Amino acid sequence: MNNLRRLIIKGSMAAGTLGVAVSAGLLMPTTVLASWPAKAFGAKDMTEGLATLLGSNDMAESADIKIKAPDIAENGAVVPITVTATMAGVESITIAAPNNPAPLVASFDLLEGAHGYASTRIKMGKSGDVIAVVKAGGKLYTAKKGVKVTIGGCGG
Amino acid sequence: MAAKSIKIRAKFKDGVTTVKALLTHQMESGFRKDSKTGGMIPAHYIQEVVCEVGGKVLMNAHWSGGVSKNPYISFKFDGGEGEQLKLTWTDNKGESDSADAAIG
Repeated sequence: MNNLRRLIIKGSMAAGTLGVAVSAGLLMPTTVLASWPAKAFGAKDMTEGLATLLGSNDMAESADIKIKAPDIAENGAVVPITVTATMAGVESITIAAPNNPAPLVASFDLLEGAHGYASTRIKMGKSGDVIAVVKAGGKLYTAKKGVKVTIGGCGG
Repeated sequence: MAAKSIKIRAKFKDGVTTVKALLTHQMESGFRKDSKTGGMIPAHYIQEVVCEVGGKVLMNAHWSGGVSKNPYISFKFDGGEGEQLKLTWTDNKGESDSADAAIG
């Protein structure tokens, strides 16, 4: 938590526009508190990004995480991903695609009785694995699924 | 951002609410080249999606430009019958929008 606070303070200094927006009352206090982890999402390397975001790289493979994704994605710009984690006390679900230029794709913090379930659609530049990292009870669990992409979604 | 950028449905069944939402956003990753000018198209994507029920934050998602254009998001939580749900997104340019939905 303290790390996050540091990050927010740093972030708000660097991003002057955010500060302006806050003082103008454009942003709600809740959104400001949960500041976007720019460093983690900007990381070019997946393990580095995950470590920055989740505070550790120490994760165990788990059969309790199910990733629903197509085996072959015809269009890499829209790859539907559903992650279901059946273990108790799920705190967050993070989705990453290691072959993307910015491997960290999305992270869902689940609070107040939210289930270990998150579904979205992501872009994938190349064929490769989709990695899900679930934080539950302070520990990290991971699972992956290979997706073959026939048309990339990140390049132009 | 234009009004009505969020389409949201929240359904309550057997003690669990399932929320599905479609957001309208270009989700430009910043890694694409503009074929006309040869320059990079600047990044413009949703960074944060927050969902609140009864004033409590329930789900807080952080995204990169790796989420598809016009993003879809779905999640589930316990309870919520008859309550109001609020979904807010904020992008990297500071634009934001929010929508309310009744859970039913």
